[in-house]
Amino acid sequence: MLAIVGAFLSLLGSAFFVLAAIGLLRMPDALNRMQAGTKATTLGSILFLLGIGLMRPDFLGRIIILILFIVLTNPVSSNALARAAHAWRDRIGLKMTPDALAEAEAEAAALASSTAEAASAKPTSEVQHDA
Amino acid sequence: MAETVFLVAVGLAAGALLLAGIRFARGPWAVDRTVALDAMTIIATSLIVAFALLAGRRIYLDVALVYGLVGFVGVVAVARYLEGGL
Repeated sequence: MLAIVGAFLSLLGSAFFVLAAIGLLRMPDALNRMQAGTKATTLGSILFLLGIGLMRPDFLGRIIILILFIVLTNPVSSNALARAAHAWRDRIGLKMTPDALAEAEAEAAALASSTAEAASAKPTSEVQHDA
Repeated sequence: MAETVFLVAVGLAAGALLLAGIRFARGPWAVDRTVALDAMTIIATSLIVAFALLAGRRIYLDVALVYGLVGFVGVVAVARYLEGGL
């Protein structure tokens, strides 16, 4: 009974794998492909590995470690990939009209340049004071 | 019954690996290839665990864990390189 439940859980997980792969093939640009390719594979691998763990209960400890590892690391790699796609947005041709990350980076650059100007202005004023 | 359903599941996962490989081959940009590589790493980790079940050996679970670790580090390194921070 447990083996049949595990086999059908694995089948459900591999159906999510197939959906993720179809999304990777048919989505229009890199960010949409990432949306399909990372979230669906996370859910699919959780179901697939839990199904295998139900079929062989002595594998369950290692499989839970593996599931925790995938759940913790896949969003991190997805975040790094999203930042990479954002850095390439002009070359790829992504349409990003509300672009909060670009605004935040511009604000940080402006803040850094203004503090650099203040730091460089301070010694020159001292030099003028000495002169 | 359970064996047949599980073999169908493994076949579907292998087909998904091939479809993601088509995206990996076609590109058109390095970001798309890296996204496909990330998905292929996760699917291959699951397939290694399935092979551990089919072969009946526990050692392949450790192989799957190490493969997942190396794949994660590789994807993050390539993504950081593409972002320009490496």
